[in-house]
Formats: sequence, structure tokens, C-alpha cells
Amino acid sequence: MKKKILPRLTKLMSLSSAALLAGCTWDTLDPKGVVGAQEKSLILTSTYAMLLVVIPVCILTLLFAWQYRQSNTSAEYLPKWSHSNKIEVIIWAIPSLIILFLAVLTYQTCHSLDPYKPLEAEANVKPIHVDVVALDWKWLFIYPDEGIATVNQMAMPVNTPVDFRITSDSVMNSFFIPQLGTMIYAMAGMQTQLHLIANEAGDFQGESSNFSGKGFSDMRFRALAMPADQYSAWVEKVKASSEQLDSASYPKLAAPSEANPVEYFSHVDAGLFDAIVAKYNDGMVMDKSTGKMLHVQQSAMSDMNMKE
Amino acid sequence: MFGKLTLSAIPYDVPILVGTFIGAAIAGLAVVGLITYYGKWGYLWREWLTSVDHKRIGVMYIVVALVALFRGFADAIMMRSQLALAYAGNPGYLPPHHYDQIFSAHGTIMIFFMAMAFMQGLMNIVVPLQIGARDVAFPFVNTLSFWMTTISFLLVNISLFIGEFSQCGWLAYPPLSEQQFSPGVGVDYYIWAVQLSGVGTLLTGVNFFATIVKMRAPGMTYMRMPVFTWTIFCTTVLIMVAFPILTVAMGLLGLDRYLGMHFFTNDGGGNQMLYLSVIWGWGHPEVYILVLPAFGAFSEITQTFSRKPLFGYKTMVYATASIMVLSLVVWVHHFFTMGAGPNVNAFFGIMTMIIAVPTGVKIFNWLFTMYKGRIEFHATMYWVIGFMITFSIGGMTGVMLAIPASDFVLHNSLFVIAHFHNVIIGGVYFGYVAAMNFWFPKSFGFKLNEAWGKRAFWCWFIGFYVAFMPLYVVGFEGMTRRMNHYDNPEWHPWLLIAEAGAVLIACGIVCQLTQLYVSIRDRNLAENRDLTGDPWNARTLEWSTSSPPPFYNFAILPEVHELDAFAHDKEAGIDTRRAGGDYQPIHMPKNTACGFLIGAFSFVLGFGAIWYIWWLAAVGLIGVIATVIARSADNDVDYYVPVSEVARIEQEHTHNLMAAQAAE
Repeated sequence: MKKKILPRLTKLMSLSSAALLAGCTWDTLDPKGVVGAQEKSLILTSTYAMLLVVIPVCILTLLFAWQYRQSNTSAEYLPKWSHSNKIEVIIWAIPSLIILFLAVLTYQTCHSLDPYKPLEAEANVKPIHVDVVALDWKWLFIYPDEGIATVNQMAMPVNTPVDFRITSDSVMNSFFIPQLGTMIYAMAGMQTQLHLIANEAGDFQGESSNFSGKGFSDMRFRALAMPADQYSAWVEKVKASSEQLDSASYPKLAAPSEANPVEYFSHVDAGLFDAIVAKYNDGMVMDKSTGKMLHVQQSAMSDMNMKE
Repeated sequence: MFGKLTLSAIPYDVPILVGTFIGAAIAGLAVVGLITYYGKWGYLWREWLTSVDHKRIGVMYIVVALVALFRGFADAIMMRSQLALAYAGNPGYLPPHHYDQIFSAHGTIMIFFMAMAFMQGLMNIVVPLQIGARDVAFPFVNTLSFWMTTISFLLVNISLFIGEFSQCGWLAYPPLSEQQFSPGVGVDYYIWAVQLSGVGTLLTGVNFFATIVKMRAPGMTYMRMPVFTWTIFCTTVLIMVAFPILTVAMGLLGLDRYLGMHFFTNDGGGNQMLYLSVIWGWGHPEVYILVLPAFGAFSEITQTFSRKPLFGYKTMVYATASIMVLSLVVWVHHFFTMGAGPNVNAFFGIMTMIIAVPTGVKIFNWLFTMYKGRIEFHATMYWVIGFMITFSIGGMTGVMLAIPASDFVLHNSLFVIAHFHNVIIGGVYFGYVAAMNFWFPKSFGFKLNEAWGKRAFWCWFIGFYVAFMPLYVVGFEGMTRRMNHYDNPEWHPWLLIAEAGAVLIACGIVCQLTQLYVSIRDRNLAENRDLTGDPWNARTLEWSTSSPPPFYNFAILPEVHELDAFAHDKEAGIDTRRAGGDYQPIHMPKNTACGFLIGAFSFVLGFGAIWYIWWLAAVGLIGVIATVIARSADNDVDYYVPVSEVARIEQEHTHNLMAAQAAE
């Protein structure tokens, strides 16, 4: 039986290492932004640290099983032996040391990769602001500084931090662009924050990574990272759209739809995002900078509630 | 009159369900027909359905678990087939409405009705025997637990043919599971099935905790308790702590849905993250409730077939107990991505990875149990070795997920699916199957066929790697769980490989069924019979009585002087198995139909409430209360086995034993 295991295992190991080498095409292991790159290196470091003990354990398992098989009467047999302080110390120490190392790493990366922490950028580069609303079953992107909004497509200039505020006007979703890194939940009545950056131009897959009902599989978007001039052109393109997003057209957009096409809105009501958050909180919304609860405008509120 | 229930609730327009119904109906009629033909209804009712014998209840639990495995696996292979097909514009053969029910049912069934039932079956069969007791502390409660689990499983399966099941995943996160977004009966089926089976599990926890605390054989101090019993002991503590949390979670969600309250709704002051926190407060201890008994089984099997005592018994006990405690303080790692602060995430991440220390120690303990042993490669040892390798890999990916910043890109992806199947198949399932192979002769007096056992192992082992390693890859490629279709060309080949793995696992299940068939067919062959009660030359007390044990387990309660009492006696040349000695009348509980009746009325209550048929629910509730009152007023619940009967049974066993020993 042993004869079967060993070649099988070596085959498996060579397969998996081949898979690791091919890894450069896997989205989360092929990051295009500094957040994703740090997360990739964290995953690899922790994996290597653990392989230090996992590989020997797998080898020892097979080795001991083979060495001390019943038919091998030449192997030493100690039918009473069941304790050794020396071994006990070692088997507690090895996992403890590795976990100690990983615990330090965990603490550091929890802080350095905190999704709420603004990213550092080169001088003169100002972050752009994007407010994200998860709807059934599409993503609404509001660019408050430009006064525009889009559905299922967002754009960002390269090497520019993007400050996201995220909420949901329906069930829980999770906002995720695998090649840029960190995901964050989108929850109704709450606003979460996320800071990402694209260091290379590209057209990245974006998705919801929390199941949200029957249209979930098509709740995808494209995240376009482009040089600054192209980004400006993209903004202009959106501004050229004939569609506008206000309290009258919003309920139509928010109604459930599946595999929604990309949409552009040349104008969006200021305060739409706050109103969406506030309608689940008796009209209150938390101010991001001060942490205080504020009332949003009553008029926006009453329009919003008409959807219900 | 019939609440929400109308004829349109019957899904006669879904060919898969109609086919399933016809198949289930034919199988059901065949079973009913066979029982009637052989005139076994009376026997079945008296000896099994109303039995309070822990050994019989254990067997029935495992029968339920195997049926649940079959149903849960059918769901699994349908999901894998859907994802192998539904690519690049092809919608596959399962529309979201059906597919979402399937993945929700798969998780619910596999955890609550396959794994939990299997685990409770094992603890029923083994623990009282292992601690030298004649039954559990509360035999009636034991049959009640069994029926609560069974009728809940029935509710889930009824939802196939009447109405629908939940489409919200196996934990039914609100607000999706609230009335506003899931107005159908699916979530109500889920709530009632989980709630009613939770009652059964909680009672099992209380029952076995009391049994282990109060009913150990004289001389069996805590540090002389077999490791399997220790793991069950810790599991019952976790059940008692965690299952009430589940009851509260389901209760509050039920109040939201039935009475329009706002615990977890979007508006009205509800908070969905409160539900996540509560449900995972149960959910994470739950995985240790499942895996600790598997660890116990691996310990017993490894020491038995390595022909030496377990290495580091004390370490094993302390490791088990520390896992028990730690498992209660890690639940936030299931939602690192909700936007909690870095210190909160770091705390729960580090607590989680600390569990890897005692778990790693356990793996080393099994390793050093094999070290300088004489390992017999019995089929059960295959599962042990397969487990040690597979579980080490699963533990590693678990620690990767425990690091919050890694989880930020892996959360909810197929990487997570691969990880928990890696530990639940490679740890829990391998453990339970090994345990079933190990303790089967104790229950039935004959061994399971080894060749088919090994074939089942190879199919499961290879099948697991083929089915789940590709899911790690697509997880890295950003594929999210619960997707119904996709168009990413990089995912497709991996999902085809995973489908092939699922087919291999199907072969493994076929091998297991064949193993059962062949073993039952050949049960009377001399090499398969277990006349001594100790087929493996094992170390603990359950092997010191006959196989199957008499209904009172031990004619004379064993006295324990050492860890591994039976091995100690054998080495000292003390044979406690020969008849003779000073028998006393044995006090035993009478069988009762009350467990069955409470279960049946609970089913009626649940079904009525799911469909808003309030008079029917009232009938069920009144039935439950009336049965409880009737049972409480009944004083005729026990009897004494006369000495002559004990002597007769023991004589017979001695006769078999001496014949077997002479044959050696």
C-alpha cells in the first residue's frame, strides 16, 4: 500500500508547485496595486512559514507509517513507550514559535493594511472620492467631486489613491476588485470605508463577494485604471450622457434588475449617498470626519421614502 | 384553512424534483413493502423506534446520517455539474431559484443532519460502554433527542416536494433572509428545521455531560478517561454553551419574520451584523463540536493499531480542553471584512491562529504514537494517515484565513470553500468513517469488509484532492462562492477538474455502500464474526464486553485502576469476560413511545407554522405538551433484570468466547 502512496504524493507535490509557479496569472496573486501587492506577499510569507512544519509532518507521517509497519520486524518496537518530556517540549515549541511569528505579522498587517487607513501617494496627487451603493443586483458609483454617477463601471487614474465610501440600499454585499486587494462589506444603513490604488493601467474585474440573491452572479462591474488624461476624458464622456440621477429617477434604478448594462449619469443629486444611508437611520447619517450623527435634508428623505 | 399552502406549492413543473419524488417514493414504498412482507413492523417499533437503549439509538442516528450524506452529496454533485456547465453564456441546467436552494440545503444537511447526527450516533454507541456504564443518564431524553433530529431532517426533505427551501445560504444571513427579501416559506423551513434539531442536540449535550460526570465506572478518575470520552466531554460542554446561542439567533430571526420585529432588518433599528455575530458565536464552536470527537476516534484507532498506548495522553487532554476554550473566542474571524478596527481584527485573528498550536500538538502526538509501534494497516488506519496529511494542509489554509489582511482578499471566495471542506472532509468525515469501521463490530458482532473499506478510502482521498485543490486555485483567481454561472475562461478548466473529483467521491460512497452490503452478506463467515468482543486487541472498556453487548452492557460494572483499563487487565492476565461472579438484579429503563410522539407532534407544529396553518401548529404544540405531561406522570418507567436472565446471557457469551479462544 505504501508503494502506492509515495509516487502519488510526489506527483501531487510537483503538481502543486507547478501550480504555484503558474500563479502569476491568478488574480489575487497578480496584484496591480500596492494594497494587493502587500496582501500577496503576506499570503506567501505566512504560507512559507507554515510549510516549515506542514511538509515535515506530512513526510514524517508517511515515514513513520512505513518504518513501523507490522511486517518490518527489524524496526524497534516499544510497546509501553508513551511519554517523553523532550519530545513534548519540542512539539509545543515548534508550533508556538511559528504562531508567535505569524501573530506579530498579523498585528502589523492589521494596522498597515487597515482598509480605513488613507493611502500614501506621491506629492501633488490628490485622492479621488467614490461613493459606492450596492443595489439589487448592480453597483452604483457616485463621483461626488465630479457630480457624476455610473452603474457597473468605474474608472480611476493610476497611482492615485481612491477613497471609497460603501453602503447598500438592499441586502448585504461585499465590494471586491480582486486585483487591487481588500474587500469590504456593503450594508444598508451603514457606511464602510476602503482605500485602494491602482499602480498599473488595466481593466479589472469587480464583483460582489457576498451572496445577495438570485441576480448575484451577474452583479459584476469593470474597474478601469487609466492615465490621468484618459481619466479626464472618461469623466467628460460620462458628463455627456443624457441621463441624470435624481430623487425621481433613482427609485427606477434601485428597483431589482439582473445583468444590468453599464449606465452613465451626467448629473447626480448631491447628498444622494447620505440620503440612502440615512433612510435606514431615521434620517441620520454619520459624518465621516467628525463621527457625529447629522440630519440629512428632509426633502431628499421624503423623496427617497417614496420608493418603499 | 391551509394557510399559505396551495396546490401551486407542489413543484410538479420542475422535472428534477418530480424525478426525485418518484425515486424517493419508489424507495420508500420498497422499504415499507419489505418491512410489511417480513412482518417486521412490531419488531421495528418495539426494539428500535421506541428503544431507549443508547446502542440502538446510536445506530439509528448513523442510519439517518448516511441518508443525509446521500441527500447532501446529491446536492453537491448537482452544484459541481452546474458550475462545470454554466460557463460563457450557457445558463447551465439549474436556474438560480433552484441552485440557491441546493447550496443552502447542502450546507444545512451536511452540518446538522449528516455530521451532527453521525457524531451523536458515535457518542451514543461508544461513550457509555467506554466509561463502563449501563446506559446514559437520561435514557428517555436520549430517544427524544434522536427524534427531534430525525423529524427536522424530514422537514428539510419535505421542502423538496412541498414549497421550497431557503435560498439564503446555510446560515441564512439577514437582511436577505428577512420577509422583505425572502417572502416564501423557504427560510421558515430552515428556521424550524434548525430550531427543532437544535433542541435535540442541546438535550444530547446535557445528557452526555451528565453521563460522563456521574456514571463513570468505579475508579475511572478524569485522568483515566479514554481520550474519545474526553473529546466527547469537551464537545458536550461546547454544545451546552453554543446551541442556546443558535436557538436565540433562530428565535430572533423568526420573530422578525413572523411578528414583523426588527432585530436584523435594514430599517426600524435592526442590525444585520448582530445576527452574524450571534450565529457565528454558535457557528465557530460548532466546527469544534464536530471535529473534537473525530480527534478522539483517531486517537483510539492510532493507539490500537500501532499496538502501543497513545503518546502524551495528558498533552492530548490539555490540548483538547484548550481548543474547547479557545473555540469560543474566535467567531469574529468569519466577518473580518465588515470594517472593524485593526485591533479587533488582530485580536480575533491571533486567537484563531493560537488554536493551531494545540491542534498541531495533537498531530505530533499521533505521529509519536505510531513511532516505534507495530502498525497494522487496517482499513481504519488508512483514514488516519489520510487525515493527518489532509488536515495539516487544511489547518495551514485555515491559518491563512485567520490573518485578517489575507482574509481581505480570500474571504467568501472558493478558497474558503476549499479550506473548510479540507478540514471537514479530511478531519470530520474521515474521522467518523474510521470510527464507524472501528466500532462497527462492537455494534453488530461482525466486521466490515476491509477490501471495500480501502477502496472507499482511496476514492474519497484522491477524490477529495481532485475536487477541492482546484477550488483553492479559483479562489485565488477571485471566484466567489455561491455563483450560479460565470464567464471567466480561467476558472472553467479548474471547475471541470473539480467535477471529476466529485465523481470520484461518488465512487467512494458507492464503495461504502458496497462495503456495507458485502459485510452484511458475509456476516456469518468465521473470519468476520466477532465472538470475543475484542476484535482489534484494543485498550478500552467497550471491548471488554461482548459484541454486540447485552442490553445492560456490563453484567458486573468494571473497576478501573489505570488508564486503558482493559489493556491493563489483559496484560495482568485478568479476564473479566468469563461468566461467573456475583450477579445482582440490574436496574434498566423501559422503552417508551414518548420520544417518538413528541418528535411527531413537533413535526406537526413545525409544518403548521411554516405554512401559517395555525390550527395545525396548535395541534402539534398541544400534542407535545400533553405527551410531556403524560410522560411526567408515568411512574412505570423502569424495571429490574432478574439474576437468572443475566446469568443466562452471560453463559451464552462465555460459551462463544471460549469457543473463539480455543479456535485461536
